[in-house]
Amino acid sequence: MNEPLGNEMYTLHINGQDRPVRDAWVGESLLYVLRERLDLPGAKGACEQGECGSCTVLMDGDAVCSCLVMAATAVGSNIVTVEGLIEQNPTMAVTAQAITSQVTDVQQAFIEEGSVQCGFCTPGLIVAVHHLLDKNPDPTELEVKESISGNICRCTGYGRIFAAVEAVVQVRKANS
Amino acid sequence: MTVAIPLSIREALDALSNTPDARLIQGGTDMMVEINFNHLKPHNMIALRRVQELRTWTKNADNTLTIGSGVPYQEMETGELKQLVPALAEAARTVGSPQIRAAGTLGGNLGTCSPAGDGLPVLFALDAIVHLQSADASRKLSIHDFMVGVKRNARNANEIITGVTVPLLDGWQGYAKVGVRNAMVISVASACLAIDKPTRSVRIALGAVGPTIIRCRDAEVWLSEQIDISASTAIDAAVAKEFGRRVALESKPIDDHRSTAEYRRHAVGVLAQRLITRASSS
Amino acid sequence: MSTVKQDVRARDILGASALRPDGVAKVTGSFSFSSDMWAENMLWGATLRSPHPYARIISIDTTPALLISGVSAVLTAKDVPGKATYGLISADQPVFASEFVRYMGEPVAVVAADHPETCRRALAAIIVNYEVLTPIVDPELAMLATTEQIHPDGNLIRHQHIKHGDPHATGDITVEGNYTIGMQDQAFLGLEAAMAFPDSGGNGVELHIATQWLHEDRGQIAACLALPEDNVRLVLGGVGGAFGAREDISLQVHCCLLALRTGKPIKMQYSREESFFGHVHRHPAKIWMKHHANKDGKIVKIESRMVFDGGAYTSTSPAVLINGITHTQGPYQCDNAVVDGYAVRTNNPPCGAMRGFGVVQACFAHESQMDLLAEACGLSAVDIRLKNAMRTGDKLVTGQIVESVAPVERCIRETDAIPMPDSMANDADVLEFPGGSGRTADRHNIVRGVGWGVSIKNLMYSEGFDDYATARCTLSNGVASLKFATSEVGQGFVTLAPQIARSVLGVDDVVLETSDTQIGSAGSTSASRQTWMSGGAVDGACRLVRERLFEHVGKQHNIDPIRLMVENTDVIDTVGTFRISVADATQGITLSETFEHHHRKTEDLDENGQGNCHVAFAFVAHRAVVDVDIELGLVKVVQIATAQDVGRVLNPLSAIGQLEGGIAQGLGLAVMEEIIMDNGKVKNPSFTDYLLPTALDAPRVVAVMIEEPEPQAPLGAKGIGEPPCISVTPAIVAAIRAATGKALLRVPVRPQDICL
Repeated sequence: MNEPLGNEMYTLHINGQDRPVRDAWVGESLLYVLRERLDLPGAKGACEQGECGSCTVLMDGDAVCSCLVMAATAVGSNIVTVEGLIEQNPTMAVTAQAITSQVTDVQQAFIEEGSVQCGFCTPGLIVAVHHLLDKNPDPTELEVKESISGNICRCTGYGRIFAAVEAVVQVRKANS
Repeated sequence: MTVAIPLSIREALDALSNTPDARLIQGGTDMMVEINFNHLKPHNMIALRRVQELRTWTKNADNTLTIGSGVPYQEMETGELKQLVPALAEAARTVGSPQIRAAGTLGGNLGTCSPAGDGLPVLFALDAIVHLQSADASRKLSIHDFMVGVKRNARNANEIITGVTVPLLDGWQGYAKVGVRNAMVISVASACLAIDKPTRSVRIALGAVGPTIIRCRDAEVWLSEQIDISASTAIDAAVAKEFGRRVALESKPIDDHRSTAEYRRHAVGVLAQRLITRASSS
Repeated sequence: MSTVKQDVRARDILGASALRPDGVAKVTGSFSFSSDMWAENMLWGATLRSPHPYARIISIDTTPALLISGVSAVLTAKDVPGKATYGLISADQPVFASEFVRYMGEPVAVVAADHPETCRRALAAIIVNYEVLTPIVDPELAMLATTEQIHPDGNLIRHQHIKHGDPHATGDITVEGNYTIGMQDQAFLGLEAAMAFPDSGGNGVELHIATQWLHEDRGQIAACLALPEDNVRLVLGGVGGAFGAREDISLQVHCCLLALRTGKPIKMQYSREESFFGHVHRHPAKIWMKHHANKDGKIVKIESRMVFDGGAYTSTSPAVLINGITHTQGPYQCDNAVVDGYAVRTNNPPCGAMRGFGVVQACFAHESQMDLLAEACGLSAVDIRLKNAMRTGDKLVTGQIVESVAPVERCIRETDAIPMPDSMANDADVLEFPGGSGRTADRHNIVRGVGWGVSIKNLMYSEGFDDYATARCTLSNGVASLKFATSEVGQGFVTLAPQIARSVLGVDDVVLETSDTQIGSAGSTSASRQTWMSGGAVDGACRLVRERLFEHVGKQHNIDPIRLMVENTDVIDTVGTFRISVADATQGITLSETFEHHHRKTEDLDENGQGNCHVAFAFVAHRAVVDVDIELGLVKVVQIATAQDVGRVLNPLSAIGQLEGGIAQGLGLAVMEEIIMDNGKVKNPSFTDYLLPTALDAPRVVAVMIEEPEPQAPLGAKGIGEPPCISVTPAIVAAIRAATGKALLRVPVRPQDICL
């Protein structure tokens, strides 16, 4: 009963960096390791079973639920979290509360279209929408809905989220 | 405690020999739920996600298709696999969410063997063969012998599920699943219907209405006596309805928090009727 | 869909679609929710819960848990230094069960340990011997005097009778029905979470908590900890949605107890499964209702009996009950009524506040009745409602005059004027069908239906409660800073408050100070009240500061302050040419004022349910269009048209978000959301089995905001949070009835209710 809980040592590749993880318990999900061990709290936990999408991250180019990835098995994978999106996407300057911040076009559209209320589902949705638009730059309305059907939002009823995706599509089209 | 991340089936089997009590994890979409909900305490783990051999599929010379146990559902939803096995594509599209379909695999569905597993009715309708490999032997098992009960299968502890082989049938096939939400929902009842014109066979398999997936053999025989399944004439509505009624009779549903036995029995009858109607009007 | 706006807002004053000040943090993942907190040397806290709905605790042995390496503390009822119970209205809920557990999931012990997994192992090691008892789960049985009383306070939480007008009045027609409303969960996404920091001397604690009402929490916590309120400081942690479920105490006391015991910061967060046990739910209810009407459809009298299952502890049941029965008539004129309402204690999970607060239940019944009445009179759903529509000055069945703006007729007409959706295209994608990607339906299996729902909702607290909100405004060097204890739970008060300050003070830069208990109470973020109450407090504080500013400028420039006003960002002399920017005028000075906004007083109800118990009312109409697969009983909501009485739109973007979000929650109750109980046990405490609407379930919402400023409201705006979720549920059910011909007397409507 007195043996230490965790003795797993491994290194994850996250947002372009190697991040060592020490003395971990084998049962820890990638979500837990990101949030509690690596100071990357952007991915959120709300169901622990892949039924809400709040914990969505990119893993080897796929959008996956980080709560369902055993962290110790993610060694060798390329992981991108909401915190890492800014490095690889079109950026915009947004003025809010007198602070100028760099955000991606998807993030900007979420702010400007009112897609954010409590904001708990937001990081997962941002990752899912980036993933969608990377693969399908001009999705139909139904393609948008299906692609985010794994991301539950309890506040907005989704209307403003659809508006944000549409806004990004239009801006990207105009800029291309 | 160890976590092995083998890169080949051989390495995976070596790891399994070294730690015979190890749990195999593929996409993780079932097992991590067990761990997160405190139902399973992981000890030694073998992660199969990076075994590339398991993530491939092959068209065989004998007009069959072998799908590796690590091919994620999202790959079955579109492209050539969809052309080859349309029912599997339709089933794959109903699995969880896009995030789940990026990670989840047929191997996981087979390892878990839940009667609500979305891919399983398709494998039952197609009489799939499950490939199992241990360090010193490999064997093939009919899906009908593989799934033996609710979350129970015939895999030995020293074996890895490497894939399944399904025949490429000549005829319509489709899948339908009832859930109380328009996306991301666990099956309340599901059905896969597949027709093979050359052998004049019609197969229908039901999910979530019994301890295992149910093949409705009596209804299949009855239907093949009523109509020439190889002909492309529209099925008589009364025959389709009677087929549905007979399929429902072969289901063995239960009441639980997701639905009632009565509704499930009714639903699989409706699904069977609609699937055979779709088949005959395609 | 609109496109990205390129800053078309001149200034983010009232009426502009100002953007959320926390938007950048929330989209980048840097916003700190209460579950995101971390501290050096912190320990994790976790809760042991009863597996039984009703049992006597014979013994608890915590020793095996304490022997586990990494476990720092295990606490039970005997470790509570102060009051052993808490509660919003009646302190009848134990911090830890001691003698009895009265619902499945009731807390029995807590542990603190170095890792969540250590916590789980420690919980598993605690030995509790229970004598399992037969739970009382039927409210009708529970309220009988002959039934075992499961709590010292008895099983009947509250009974209230309403007798209004002539109880013997009759009409030409009667229609009646028995309606059932299932137990809905708020299902906010951000799970319960908190971090408690003990003071070094052990005589106080600072709790960072996601809550709806900091001061109410503080009072209850301090009493249980036996500490003066000043020694318990609460700071609002980032809140991931609330919808009523954060009004009651959940982990607050436990977290503080562990911090005080261990002397270390304690982090607690519930899992989703635990969250289903850890907070109150919407009351399941059974409602009998009978309408008497004249042949022309005019309502003569309503009789009703409502039974709300309060579960094991009181929470807000008495107030929910009163809301339900005082809204019996809906937004319709009714001169005569006899109503009895009962809130009953059972061994089911405690129920309390959820968006709509008792009115959701009443509305499902009265709107179902209106459709029955329409049918009996040969009128349309619209005409029966127009015929009876309430107006300002009408009386409620409580005798209270509706003084609020009451544009019920306009809500109905403007909803009716919204174009119907196109019929389903011949080449419609399967994802458009009921059943979605399950490919269950073919086009010819689908039948369309249209249904209506209209509602009235009281705003703010009722029955004599002195409901107020406090705010402080400080103006210096052209920057306003605002301090209040208002809980931002997602609704957007953090956007609105700066808009108010900009409008009143002519500043552009507004800083929001931390929401905590270092200022007076703001009241709860509930009852559609914060725009009115905290908005009124911010407005009042800013106006006081503006007076001070005018005095200052007047003195400096020798102008009578009464001549000064704010125009855009300047102070100007209304009868002269003098003009100075607010920024210049406030260089080097600091003006600070605090304001408490109280709404007008309300009264208790008398024994006949008569009295001016409510403050104000808002109204809304919903029209639902649904597609139904009749044979399989699956539903797709196609469109919701709505016109809502909002008073005044203060932020169009926020307002539409509230409407769309509320509609989705009402849709959930209509067709999918229910906590399923089996003899006191919760059968579906997970997101696999408690289903929330997804993006593919969301209907197209077409909304009209009816702006008739409310004279009572400080900003002219009514609360808009609750009305959207109330009458949309009966509207959807009515649409399903229209498509199927089924009576459908319960929500949520299940597939088997439609097709079997």
